[in-house]
Amino acid sequence: MSEKPPIGRGAGPSSAPTVDVSAMPAVLSRIARLALRYPWRMALTFVTSLLAALASLMAPQLIGGSIDAAHRMMTSAVHPGDAAAVKALLMRNAFLILAATSLRGVLTLASGYQSEYLSQRVALDLRTAFFQQLQRLSFGFHDRIHSGDLITRGMLDLEGARALINGAIFPAVSLVLLAAFVAWRMLALDPVMTLIGLGFIPFAGASLGRMGFRLRVTWLRVQQLMSALTLAMEENLQGIRVVRAFAGRAFELGKYDAAANAVLTFQYRRITLRFAGVLGMQVSFYISLGLLLWYGGTKVLAGQMTPGRLTEFVAYMMLLLGPIRQIAIIFNSMARATSSGGRLFEILDLQPEVADAPNAEPLRPTEGTLRFEHVDFRYDPAGRQVLSDISFEVGAGKTLGIVGPPGSGKSTIANLIPRFYDVSGGRITIDGTDIREVTLASLREYVGLVQQEAFLFDASVGHNVAYADPWAEDARIEGAARTAQIHDHIAGLPGAYETRVGERGVALSGGQRQRMSIARGVVPGPGVMVFDDSTAAIDAVTERKVREALAQATAAKATVIIAHRLSSLMHADEILLLDEGRIVERGTHDELVARGGVYADLFELQSRMGSDLEDAA
Amino acid sequence: MSEAAAAPKRAPRASLGSPEGDDVFGAFDPRVARRFLAYLKPHRRSFIIAQVAVLFSAAGQLSMPLVIGWVTQSVIAHDVGRFHLALAAFAVAAAAFAAMFFLEEWLSQRLANRVIFDVRRHMFAHFQDISLSFMDKTHVGRLMSRLQGDVNSLQEFLENTTGAVGDFVQLIGIAVILVAIDVKLGLLTLTVLPALIGLRAIWLPYSKVAFRLARDASSTANSALAENINGVRTVQETRREALNFQLYAEKAQENFRAQAHAAWISQIMIPTVDILTGVALGIVVVVGGSEVLNSHLSVGVMVAFVFYVQKFFDPVRMLSMQYTIMQRAMAAAHRIFEVLDVPVTIADRPDARVLAVEAPTVEFRHVTFGYDPARPILHDVSFQVRPREVVALVGPTGSGKTSIISLTHRFYDVDQGQVLVGGVDVRDVSLDSLGRTIGMVLQEPFLFTGTIEENIRYNTEGASLETIVAAARAVSAHDFIMRLPEGYQTPLGQRGRNLSMGQRQLISFARALVADPQVLILDEATANIDSFTEQAIQKALKVLFAGRTCMVIAHRLATIRDADRIVVLQAGRILEQGSHDELMATDGLYRHLYTSAHASFDDEAVAATGDAEFATRT
Repeated sequence: MSEKPPIGRGAGPSSAPTVDVSAMPAVLSRIARLALRYPWRMALTFVTSLLAALASLMAPQLIGGSIDAAHRMMTSAVHPGDAAAVKALLMRNAFLILAATSLRGVLTLASGYQSEYLSQRVALDLRTAFFQQLQRLSFGFHDRIHSGDLITRGMLDLEGARALINGAIFPAVSLVLLAAFVAWRMLALDPVMTLIGLGFIPFAGASLGRMGFRLRVTWLRVQQLMSALTLAMEENLQGIRVVRAFAGRAFELGKYDAAANAVLTFQYRRITLRFAGVLGMQVSFYISLGLLLWYGGTKVLAGQMTPGRLTEFVAYMMLLLGPIRQIAIIFNSMARATSSGGRLFEILDLQPEVADAPNAEPLRPTEGTLRFEHVDFRYDPAGRQVLSDISFEVGAGKTLGIVGPPGSGKSTIANLIPRFYDVSGGRITIDGTDIREVTLASLREYVGLVQQEAFLFDASVGHNVAYADPWAEDARIEGAARTAQIHDHIAGLPGAYETRVGERGVALSGGQRQRMSIARGVVPGPGVMVFDDSTAAIDAVTERKVREALAQATAAKATVIIAHRLSSLMHADEILLLDEGRIVERGTHDELVARGGVYADLFELQSRMGSDLEDAA
Repeated sequence: MSEAAAAPKRAPRASLGSPEGDDVFGAFDPRVARRFLAYLKPHRRSFIIAQVAVLFSAAGQLSMPLVIGWVTQSVIAHDVGRFHLALAAFAVAAAAFAAMFFLEEWLSQRLANRVIFDVRRHMFAHFQDISLSFMDKTHVGRLMSRLQGDVNSLQEFLENTTGAVGDFVQLIGIAVILVAIDVKLGLLTLTVLPALIGLRAIWLPYSKVAFRLARDASSTANSALAENINGVRTVQETRREALNFQLYAEKAQENFRAQAHAAWISQIMIPTVDILTGVALGIVVVVGGSEVLNSHLSVGVMVAFVFYVQKFFDPVRMLSMQYTIMQRAMAAAHRIFEVLDVPVTIADRPDARVLAVEAPTVEFRHVTFGYDPARPILHDVSFQVRPREVVALVGPTGSGKTSIISLTHRFYDVDQGQVLVGGVDVRDVSLDSLGRTIGMVLQEPFLFTGTIEENIRYNTEGASLETIVAAARAVSAHDFIMRLPEGYQTPLGQRGRNLSMGQRQLISFARALVADPQVLILDEATANIDSFTEQAIQKALKVLFAGRTCMVIAHRLATIRDADRIVVLQAGRILEQGSHDELMATDGLYRHLYTSAHASFDDEAVAATGDAEFATRT
């Protein structure tokens, strides 16, 4: 766990936020680069933003001109011809204003739509990349991370990263464009006024920059604490029976309050930060505007400027007001996108620990013999050795049984065969080929593993049984269900194979779930079958039937059975007794019983304790 | 993939995720709004201050063009005194606006977050109280979407609502000012308003459809993602990566299309508003300009007019955004109150006593009960568990064993008869004291995220580490715990994934032992636990049972034989009771079950009953 990337385990309130100051530009530019993969749309968005900003500038000019014309008309001597000319000018300006605002509207629509489209397009790319990456990352990764954390990243953080494009990048671009045009227009009119009018920008920028950094830290904390709260609520609901059984209401509410108050504290901090930034920005803007009015007014009083020009300047300033208000929103979404994007890229950048070798070829089995050659294994290079020097061979049509106390490494052996983890020493071969040299897809197609805890999907029973081969014919699905002794049960359900399994299969008993997963394992007809304690919840009588049916179905295959119930594996061609990752006894059932070792004791114990029933049967 | 090539015509038997299909939009409902206001009550003061601040900031913003108009007018009139006065007014208006805006937003956003947490807590607390049958019927994912998604919709609404009040005040204010400055020009300018309202009315139904589609598409894609994450091991085992990716990519594509369409629909109003702004400005320039020429209007007033008209459409735009948010919030609030309205059927009576009995009895007196009263599961069940006696409940699935233990803990109330603990009807004692008297170990041990120590302590907050270690020793869990990398401080993986089933069971035993209840109810695991742990469990059970009144749903012969008495149930009735030897001496169901080939006392015995249960719960 130590040298692996820092993935928070459920991100409890105790874990301090790791804030990398330098991450902000890196993460943001990476999101921006994703958008650059669509250069034409990007360009279109920029051009329409640019034109919209230009169109915005036309109206103030026209209004200022109209006012000056009317004013000139009034202050000078009245000439009837002039009045008609001014009226015509007013009409013309009115139409131009209408045209300018309409144009601006259409261009704003175009740029707004394009930027939203682009952001959704990037979101789609991120979404599919994230999905694929999760499927590629090996069990070692999924062991370390809470599924709720992954779901949060795939939904909320992805949305946070997406919002950068249309919530920050494009608004920021239009803001800069607008400010640049305004500055240009203003400069052409009066440099001093421009300096005064735009003087607020550095102050506002500094205040917002400070806010932006602290906001990012706070956002990260809010997100972490929020996922801790989500986890607390979700677990409470899943374990509601335990909560009730232990009268844990007050305790659970206490847990909730602690988690919720932690979130709230940081939400408050975020709000204060954000609006303090807004306040600083607005104050500097209004100081600029006030100074502009004073300076401009004084110049008009001195006859050095027309009132229309002053109005035009003020109109330009007002034009900036809207986008400037957005700056706070821009910084807010930049802060959010940095922490969200960071959490997302952290996952996307991981290298799967188990992957196809560069020259991997599909597995070409000949006889179907599985061999372990001096296999060592540890989950973590610095951690405990889980398997030491494991060697065995299972030929086609043969069965290997593995038994041992919990933690002795049985399931690890099962998970090594389809290469969910890679061995640390030694090698595993199928017909002499190291399984690391073949493609994962072909290997996993060839190895069928049935786990102890069956995960059923929120789909119909039929879909679940056919999970490994959705194209299988009905007869094969049914045959597999019969082998697993679950067909009669399924046939009796209200919708038979079309019946929907409840969430996480809550409506099926543990034994039924296990039989479903056995049926699922049988459907694709793999060359090597591995049963990892997959009959534990099935009663002894049914299990015997399953075993007999399986014996027929898997007669020509190499089979590995891991079980606690010795009756499940006593017929195996060879039995390994594992303890602390080592093979301590091996042989056939009769040999092991005759030897009088641990296995013999275990057999003795089980015969005494639980298998009276089987004796009776 | 290769299968696809082999049999291209056949559609795969595959799906991924399932959408929620909730209503996204709700109409404004004053009752919902009123109920919602109740959450604001405790925070009245900041709410009122925020609203007052809104009025001031709106007034500050409203006065701005007027003040700028004064400035222009005073310089045109060459009145230096008035010019300075107008500048001072500007400073005051700007300062008031900035300060009030800060106060309004700061207060209302804090308030929004506070209220949201109150609502969420209320709902969460309600989930702790409502009947388990509701909780059983409802997927955890659905409950979570109430607690998260719906609450977030409300938050969005609340955070914006103060701003919306400000926008509304501004809208009215501007209209009034326009008419006040110049009746004719004002009214003329306002004629664009009906046009806007009409266009919006046309637009609204389209937008509703588009937004609904967008939300549905996104919830479909998200549910597919969540399912694939939860089942990722199975996905990799069965090499479904390619097919699932294809299924997901379709949903993600669909989501993309729906979002882009919704964006188009929502953006289309922007040019509409802009064109209408242009029309209004044109009217001001032509009509206002002419009036200036006729000296009916001063230039300053016309300047103010121009600014007001430009400002007029900002609140209009904001308010139409608010409208969508409001509708979403209404639908969310509806669903939230729906949950809060699920009645709490099991609650303390006002005069509930505290149950405190040493070595209590447990007694069922003529109990009839069904989750659906029309179809009782228990029929007139009577039996007694004497102090410190161990009673095993035995019988096929559907015989009512689970109902009996649920009733003892008062997860449900009986329809007829009485359940007594320590001679007192469970309905007359406080739930908390009942819960502390009765300890329960469930069939499937549930472990929380946290360390082993925290899981064993659970809510026995006073328990020291020594107590916890002693309990773990007593149930033979100490050794394997010490072998874990960080001993008692080892964090458990999701739901204790890093432990074996048997080990999880032992931890849940230790948890029960630390809670030290007078009455112990145990639902024995059906799963075949490894012999090594099995031995430990059998030993642990003896420790757990010692000195307590115990009721066990037993599957193991060892457990059944060790019980003082066995109660045999079938179809909700007690068939026979007595010790193992007594029951073996009679020719009843027990002896039959014990000797027959189907003699496992678990769910496989009566498949038909199991099926019925399956049907009602999916």
